[in-house]
Amino acid sequence: MSTYDQAIKKYDPVLGLETHVELSTNSKMFCGCSTEFGADPNKQTCPTCLGLPGSLPVANAIGIESTIRIGLALNCSIASYSRFARKNYFYPDMPKDFQTSQYDEPLCSNGYLDVLVDTDEGTKTFRVEIERVHLEEDTGKLTHAGGATGRIHGADYSLVDYNRAGIPLVEIVTKPVPDTGEYAPLVAKAYVTELRDLLRGLNVSDVRMEEGSLRCDVNLSLTPKGSKTWGTRTETKNVNSLRSVERAIRSEIERQSLELDKGNKIKQETRHFQEDTGTTRSGRSKVVAEEYRYFPEPDLVPIAPDKAWIEKLKKALPEQPSIRRTRLAKEWGFTDLEMRDVATLGGVDLIAQTIEQGTSPASARKWWAGELSGHASKADLELIDLKITPTDVARIDALVNEGKLTDKLARQVIEAVLNGEGNPDEVIKKRNLAVVSDDSALIPAIEAAIAANPDAAAKIREGKVQVVGVIVGAVMKTTGGSADAAKVRELVLKTLGQ
Amino acid sequence: MSDLTKLSAVELSGELSKGSVSAVEVTKAHLDRINSLDKSVQSFLHVDNAGALKQAEEVDKNRKENKKVSALAGVPLALKDVLTQKGIPTTCGSKILEGWIPPYDSTVVKNLKNAGIVILGKTNMDEFAMGSSTENSAYFPTKNPWDLTKIPGGSSGGSSAAVSAFFAPLGIGTDTGGSIRQPAAVTGIVGAKPSYGGVSRFGLVAFASSLDQAGPFARTVLDCAMLHEVMAGHDPLDSTSINQPVPDVVKAAQLQDVKGMKIGIIKELGGDGWQNGVLNRFNESVELLKSMGAQVKEISIPHSLYALATYYLIAPSEASSNLARFDGMRYGLRVDDGNLSAEEVMNKTREKGFGKEVKRRIMIGTYALSSGYYDAYYAQAQKVRALIAQDLTNAFKEVDVLISPTSPTTAWGLGERVNDPMAMYLADLATLPPSLAGIPAMSVPIGLADEDKLPVGLQIIAPFMNDDRMYRVGGAIEASLKTKWNGLLIDQAPALGGAK
Amino acid sequence: MSRITREEVAKLAELARLDLPESELDEYAKQLEIILESVAKVGEVSTKDVKPMSHATGLVNVFREDVTKESLSRDEILRSAPATEDDRFRVPRILDEE
Repeated sequence: MSTYDQAIKKYDPVLGLETHVELSTNSKMFCGCSTEFGADPNKQTCPTCLGLPGSLPVANAIGIESTIRIGLALNCSIASYSRFARKNYFYPDMPKDFQTSQYDEPLCSNGYLDVLVDTDEGTKTFRVEIERVHLEEDTGKLTHAGGATGRIHGADYSLVDYNRAGIPLVEIVTKPVPDTGEYAPLVAKAYVTELRDLLRGLNVSDVRMEEGSLRCDVNLSLTPKGSKTWGTRTETKNVNSLRSVERAIRSEIERQSLELDKGNKIKQETRHFQEDTGTTRSGRSKVVAEEYRYFPEPDLVPIAPDKAWIEKLKKALPEQPSIRRTRLAKEWGFTDLEMRDVATLGGVDLIAQTIEQGTSPASARKWWAGELSGHASKADLELIDLKITPTDVARIDALVNEGKLTDKLARQVIEAVLNGEGNPDEVIKKRNLAVVSDDSALIPAIEAAIAANPDAAAKIREGKVQVVGVIVGAVMKTTGGSADAAKVRELVLKTLGQ
Repeated sequence: MSDLTKLSAVELSGELSKGSVSAVEVTKAHLDRINSLDKSVQSFLHVDNAGALKQAEEVDKNRKENKKVSALAGVPLALKDVLTQKGIPTTCGSKILEGWIPPYDSTVVKNLKNAGIVILGKTNMDEFAMGSSTENSAYFPTKNPWDLTKIPGGSSGGSSAAVSAFFAPLGIGTDTGGSIRQPAAVTGIVGAKPSYGGVSRFGLVAFASSLDQAGPFARTVLDCAMLHEVMAGHDPLDSTSINQPVPDVVKAAQLQDVKGMKIGIIKELGGDGWQNGVLNRFNESVELLKSMGAQVKEISIPHSLYALATYYLIAPSEASSNLARFDGMRYGLRVDDGNLSAEEVMNKTREKGFGKEVKRRIMIGTYALSSGYYDAYYAQAQKVRALIAQDLTNAFKEVDVLISPTSPTTAWGLGERVNDPMAMYLADLATLPPSLAGIPAMSVPIGLADEDKLPVGLQIIAPFMNDDRMYRVGGAIEASLKTKWNGLLIDQAPALGGAK
Repeated sequence: MSRITREEVAKLAELARLDLPESELDEYAKQLEIILESVAKVGEVSTKDVKPMSHATGLVNVFREDVTKESLSRDEILRSAPATEDDRFRVPRILDEE
């Protein structure tokens, strides 16, 4: 029996997830600096987000509104009176040495999100309860220089870019999720997937895990079967892809169970997920014990959203992802299983946008869930992060239907687009990939093939049409597969008087 | 003494608009006086000779081209070194900010520049505005122009000394618990703390965010009101800025009439432990107000007895967080031998860069906000603060303004209280309740104490966003005393050495 | 009122990132104790049902529109930095992991 199976036999895991979402506002949370990703270091900074002496924050209205909308979409109650608080601790990536966050008066609290997971007894719904949704500011970005690993440990010094400092960050904290048993890793992954789709539907964030606009911390504890008291939990940071969410929990379940089996106690600590090994490692313990000295931020005034505003935001919420998926599956003729696969891949919107451009639902699914998901998993990327758009896919599909691309050529075009060689038409032109269906271009090849195969030609002239394959095959060979076989067949027969 | 430095801002404004004198001449006269006499007062940390003259030239050019200029255009001013001015060093009286050149203007400075007011330089202060004597400046102590062995008050002691030494007719200070009013009182000038939110805090290096407020110093109530008007107004860069019209303080300062006004004497502020000379002058002012037709009565602000304790929890708590950013990572001092970790560099930089009073307050604040103490200290202080504000609101149901002596004593000797923080804190006793409530208050000179012949101030407190009321009372008292003394109290100040 | 010990002063200093010299701990302890004794007076006031007052204005919902403004020039912000490299602020090695 595997370590995991043994662990699950003895212990019940209790999950918790803290998700940080960077909002896609135009400007930062408390100043007018741009939030655009990828700018040159320290180009998007001002006195406020650099925490210069004398600077003051003013809250971004869309940051507040987006947080409330997220809360509403997660079935939370919205506070009638909410405040920002200062979380005080020293760290070089934090310009003021306190983070403007929320403490005991968050904007949203007590919600839930239902997620579906395939179990041995069929598809099951798990309800993940939401403790709170609050708004805070992001920190600057550190680059560690010197040392072997590029990591903080062993570095000689560090460099700070404050472009990210002050970008609005929404933290979504679940309540502890018990009773998921062996499915704990899958429930966690399904939760983050569902949350990502919900946030994308709300259009509040780019939700790109590899750019860090969606980040996950995973809490886990094990309770011996039959026991009523939960075990000590660990918090694992740096869990920054859907696959990692699943892997981190699985490995932490294994690690904790082995510790408990040995009679050791679980240390309450922060751990770090390591992508390369798929395991977690212990963080170094803090020099100073945590003591954040939260107090209401005196430079900002309270938020008191009025009921009419909340009602308005509630009415304008988009369809919940799960409801939308059910509707779309019906419209598109997908089975539940097909739809869930597509959802897990993050492909629902991509397929919808491809269909909007005229592609049939079955083809759209074939391209995204087949060909492209293969590329994504090879590159360890999300579908949406591939460098190909629904418009590109729809164009390729149309060219195939028009007979201008074979499936084989289409795959080459896709590869080239993913390589950044341009859009499908540009790639076809550059690489000369189109199906040769122009008669005049084919005629010399056909004539050459007939001359090379006089016996077969004679038989066809006599009416033995079935041997045409010999000549078509020869033509296809000389044209390197770029010819349309049906067209070639037609022309060969025509040339030979049939 | 050059005649130009003797003039009030209003008088200078008149001469400038008549064209009988240029802004450059006015500025030069004040710079000359500073450059020859400030070595004995030490009110400035940085004198911007070139910059000030350039600003003055600009004003003269605009006047010559008949462009519209404001009433105070060309009038010089001394700026407390806690407000940022682009390109000019801002130290907050601390070594930790030595060498920092702010890349932006505070809103107050922006307003001054728009009005054509000439900024002569940055004045000394208690480090990060923590103190009542300006002795906590990391650079040097400032002296009281009335007596160079005495303190000029604090924390805005550099500005109060500069204005009372005739280095500038106008000055700007900031007031968290009394840091404009007390220095004004002990140097015999006028100083006002506007309603909280009346003047933008953008660019004011924070001590205690919920209490800090910048305000004007001047030698006359009208000058003070005119500067107040320039500084104040809504600022979208400050979330706590009030979006309402600025009260008409200039008109109120000119009324010179308190007939029918109801004035309350705060019962708790006075009595045992208060200097006799201070109380004598205060009692005379009460009689004066009565004689001018005001109805005066005693009124109790019971929770004001807890103002000191409340303030010395709230202000240090906010300060402990506001001053965290001075960590040697991005600007200012960094103590590093090249082998230290970031954490050690922060520890050593802050130890070396901050003075003792700042460190004491940071630790008190850290204590009061820590889990286990938060409820008993910080949260409780915020509740008592609400009660003090409520007492004051209740009082204003009965009276138009409240009055008290500004400070329990006149200026004390340099060095007398430096090793006794609690004695230093007591200087703020009367100024703290309005600070905690966020309401406007000002100090006007009401004479010299019998014992030491040093200035005494009267504190006038008005309801929130009714700053005009205190100017009305202040203007009336000033007019009446001016007649009695045949001039301003400041005219009785001894001329500084070399200026005789 | 609890007495402030040397150890407590050391702990406060650590939290506040102040590398206080050992020799000054006793003096600080004495001064902090006097101050804390005095401010503890707030505990004498009955504050049942009193809402804490964190600021004086009574303002709520002060927001700005989500529009971008020009940022500072990078040269200007890096000019005041104690050390820079590659257009970034250079800081010493960090021990604490966050």
